[in-house]
Amino acid sequence: MIQQKVVEPEHLFFPAEREKMFITGSEAVKEAIKRANVDMAISYPITPQSESMHLVGDIYAEGYLREYFRGENEFAVMSAVAGASMGGVRVFTATGGPGTLRAFEIFSTWAGARLPIVCGFMTRGVNSPLTIQPDTIEMAFMLDTGIIMLHAENAQDLYEMILKAFVIAEKTDVHIPVGVFVDGFFVTHTRDKVEVAPPDIKLPPYDPYSAPVPVMDMENVPVRQMRDPFVMKSNFISYAAHASWQQEVLAAAERARKYIYKYLGGLVEAENADADILVITSGTAASQSREAIAQARQAGLNAGLVKIKSIRPFPAEEIKELTRKAKAVIVPEFNRAGWLCRELKAVVEDNTKVLGGPRVFGGMTMPPELILSEIRRCAK
Amino acid sequence: MSAKLYRVQAGPEGYLPPAAASMGVMLPEEGESLVEGRIVPEEEAMQKIAEKILAAQNPVFFPGPLILWAWKEGVAEKAKAVKELAESAGAKIIPMPDYRPKYPMINPAEEINPNHPNLTIWHNKIDVCVFVGVHCHYANVALKIIRGGTDCYTIALCGEAGHEDAMITLRDAGLVKIRELTEIVSQMKGGA
Repeated sequence: MIQQKVVEPEHLFFPAEREKMFITGSEAVKEAIKRANVDMAISYPITPQSESMHLVGDIYAEGYLREYFRGENEFAVMSAVAGASMGGVRVFTATGGPGTLRAFEIFSTWAGARLPIVCGFMTRGVNSPLTIQPDTIEMAFMLDTGIIMLHAENAQDLYEMILKAFVIAEKTDVHIPVGVFVDGFFVTHTRDKVEVAPPDIKLPPYDPYSAPVPVMDMENVPVRQMRDPFVMKSNFISYAAHASWQQEVLAAAERARKYIYKYLGGLVEAENADADILVITSGTAASQSREAIAQARQAGLNAGLVKIKSIRPFPAEEIKELTRKAKAVIVPEFNRAGWLCRELKAVVEDNTKVLGGPRVFGGMTMPPELILSEIRRCAK
Repeated sequence: MSAKLYRVQAGPEGYLPPAAASMGVMLPEEGESLVEGRIVPEEEAMQKIAEKILAAQNPVFFPGPLILWAWKEGVAEKAKAVKELAESAGAKIIPMPDYRPKYPMINPAEEINPNHPNLTIWHNKIDVCVFVGVHCHYANVALKIIRGGTDCYTIALCGEAGHEDAMITLRDAGLVKIRELTEIVSQMKGGA
C-alpha cells in the first residue's frame, strides 16, 4: 500500500491546500477515490462509466486500494459489493444506464441491509430504444430504492460528492448507501478545472463496529446475526417488524440532511432566489440554466436559479420556502419522464406555477436558448 | 398530524406509528438529549430517566449484544455498571441476546426480540423499559413497535448518536454516564 497520512475529514474537505487540475469527470472520480481510503472496489464496464472504474483499477495498481477486481455483470458486482460492505470494509463501485437497471434489485437490498456503500452512477439512456447517449431517466427508477441520491453538476461536484459521500454514508445514524449521480459524457468525458486535496492524505478508515447493524465478523457478537427478511412468516408481527424496518431506512435518509448541510453546504444552492421566475434543476441542466439566467438578466428579466444537489433526501422545506413568492418555476431536465418536475409539484404550495420543461433526451443537448425562451414566455 | 407538532410519547399510538425522524424529530448534539422529541440538556434528561424508572411499577432493562458479550476492552466494565444501575433502581433485566426473528418460539419471560418486542412487554407487564447495548437499527425497529402497541415508556441509553424513537434518549452513553445515572438514582432514592 502507498503511504498516505490519515487526516480528519474536516481537514481533507476544507482547509487542506488544494491543487488545481484540468481533468475529466472520470479522472475526478479517480482523484476522489485516491483520497478516500477505500478498501475494495469492484468494477464492470459500461459506457460512459467504464473509464472511471478503469482509472480506479490503475490506482489499485499504484497501491491506493487493498483490493480490486472485475465482476461478471452488474448484478454480480452490486451483490459482491454488498458482501464486502457487510464484512465491514469501505467499498466503491460505479455503473450507469442499463447497468443500473440490470443491478436494480440490489440497490434497495443495500439500503435495507443498512450498507454504507458509495456508488457512482454515470447516467445515460436505457434501452428504450438502445442508446449510449446522455440521459437521466435511470434516476426516476432509483428514487424509491432507499439510497441517498446526490446529483453532481460538474467534475468538481463529482470529486466533492464522492469523497464526502463516504463520510455521510458511514455515520452511525445514517449508514445507508449513497449514490453520486452525474450526467454521463457531459461531465465524465469533458475536461474541467478541479481543485483537489494533496494526494498524500486520506480519510480515516471505516469503523464497522459503530454500525447500527452488526458487522459480519464471526469473531464478534452477535455471531448469530440476522438481517433476515420476514417472508417466511405470515403474521401481523412479521409484517409490523418489516414495516418498522423500512421506516427506519427512510429515517436514516432524513438524518443525513444535517450531514449534507455540514459537508456539502446544503441540499440546494440558490442564485437570485427572490426572482419572479425561478429555474429549478439538477446536474448539468444547472449549468445550462445558469447561462440562460445570465442572458435573461442581461435582457432585463428577473430570473433566478435553484440547483438541487440532494435528490434523496429531497429538499422539500427548502423548495417550499424558495418558491413561495415566485410567479413561475421552470424545470429543465435531461429525460422524458420529468421526474424532477413531479418531485417539485409534490412540494411547491401552488404547484400550478411549476412548468415542466424544457426536456431533452436520447442524447440531445440543451441549448441555454431553450431555457431562455421559457423564461421569456413566463415573463410575458 | 403536522410534523412540527409530533411528540414521542407512550402509546399505544396505533397501527403503524411513524419514525420520529420522518416527523421532524432530530437527534441531539453532544451534551444534549431528547425527552419526548424535544432537545434538552443532558443533565435534565438524566434526572427524568431516574424519575421515570423509580416511579415505575415494573421497570426492566433490555441489555443487547453489545454489552452481553465482552467483545472488546471496556465492555465488561460497562456491563457491570449497567447491572449496578438496574439493581440500584430496583429494575429487572431481560436480555436481547440476538436479533433473528424467533416468533412464536420466544420465551417472553426470559428474553426480548427486536422484531416482536411487545410479546415480552405484555407478558411481563413492563411499564418502563431501558434499551442499552442494542445496535441502533434494531433498537429503532423495536422502539417504534413498542410505541405502536403498548403503553410502555421507553428509554434508550445509546453509545452512539441516540434514538428519536425512544421517549428519552441519552447519546454517547459510556461508562461515565452510566455511573453518573446510578449516582442520580441513588440520590433520588435516598431523598425520597
